[in-house]
Amino acid sequence: MENRKERKITARNLDDREFFYGHKGCPGCGGSLAVRLALKVLGEKSFAVLPAGCMSAIGFVFPQMAFSCNAMISTFAGTASMLAGVAAGARALGLEGIHAVGFAGDGGTADIGLQALSGAIDRHDRIIYICYDNEAYMNTGVQKSSLTPTGARTTTSPVGNRLRGAVTPKKQMFEIVAAHGIDYAATASVGHPLDYLRKVEHASRVEGTSYIHVFAPCPVGWGHDSAETIEVAKAAVDCGLLYLAEYTGGGFILNHDPGEFSSIRDYLLGQGRFRHLGEEEIEAIVAQRDSRWQRIRREWRT
Amino acid sequence: MSHPSRSKAYRPPSRLEDYPTGTVFPAGHLVETSSGWRSKRPVIDTERCINCLVCWLLCPEGVIRKSPDGRLEIDYDYCKGCGICARECHPGVILMKQEGA
Repeated sequence: MENRKERKITARNLDDREFFYGHKGCPGCGGSLAVRLALKVLGEKSFAVLPAGCMSAIGFVFPQMAFSCNAMISTFAGTASMLAGVAAGARALGLEGIHAVGFAGDGGTADIGLQALSGAIDRHDRIIYICYDNEAYMNTGVQKSSLTPTGARTTTSPVGNRLRGAVTPKKQMFEIVAAHGIDYAATASVGHPLDYLRKVEHASRVEGTSYIHVFAPCPVGWGHDSAETIEVAKAAVDCGLLYLAEYTGGGFILNHDPGEFSSIRDYLLGQGRFRHLGEEEIEAIVAQRDSRWQRIRREWRT
Repeated sequence: MSHPSRSKAYRPPSRLEDYPTGTVFPAGHLVETSSGWRSKRPVIDTERCINCLVCWLLCPEGVIRKSPDGRLEIDYDYCKGCGICARECHPGVILMKQEGA
């Protein structure tokens, strides 16, 4: 169920005001761009909830307050449950046109906050949950999460004679959320900002739970130049390691099919965390991508 | 006002009694800048800028702003010099210039 008419968001009609300003994020931070753009769509009547993670660590540095909307820090595991409480409180007070929006990292979503998120989806609470996926626990110094891709070097999946980076595959968080029968879910990338803005706008009109998984490169943890954040986010889509999709009305929609994939090799070896990978390891990642895309192209609508 | 700016009236607490008793702040309460993080500064050639707003959209800090005369300007108080704007600028009219050179 949806209310209000959809408006097409472009750089021309996007809000000029900044709601996430003066934060302490590293230069070139993809996650802070995801927060900034989402709040520009949702506006000043947003109640942002942030668990432990980069965005709470860089947004609330006493006495600096980078958020210009209501914002608070939740428990690490409780982003979605605090959002449910915010939404219920706003309803009790008769507040209208507000958005309860959460920004949690990949660890705070796929590992630590998963049960609270699952509960909120089950209750169809009217919340927007945005996971900025930088593929490891970056705030505490790059530890592996369940969204770290195979082969990536982190401080807890190091590279040496015996271990070659992360040994487990990246959890398919978007499909896990969709399997709940959620009201709206989407994947996005900061490299495709207009697609991301459209999805946030759509989520703001959904009467129920929305989940947006936004791919957000981290120059410090991934080992690329701070100026390359957008390029890396685009390359992940072009080489097929990341898909742009939506789940709505009980069905999957593929938003963008790159057709001929660009080189996974170039994508991986452009980042310090993958530079140790040999040809065999890269071929295994290519095979994994191909089998996933075979299924996506067969089963998902375009 | 579209962008928050540093509160010049703020003075760090000097006595124990001056510290707030709770961790509640006014929204957008900025007391310090990030300009010291930067080793290079982006400079927009506004004569050649085609005003496509790509830099404005992609800046993680949101420091590029539309001035009343329609040109883009940069809030150097909060620019960290990451270089995304210069890298993504289609006509290539944003240059990164060494600070202090």
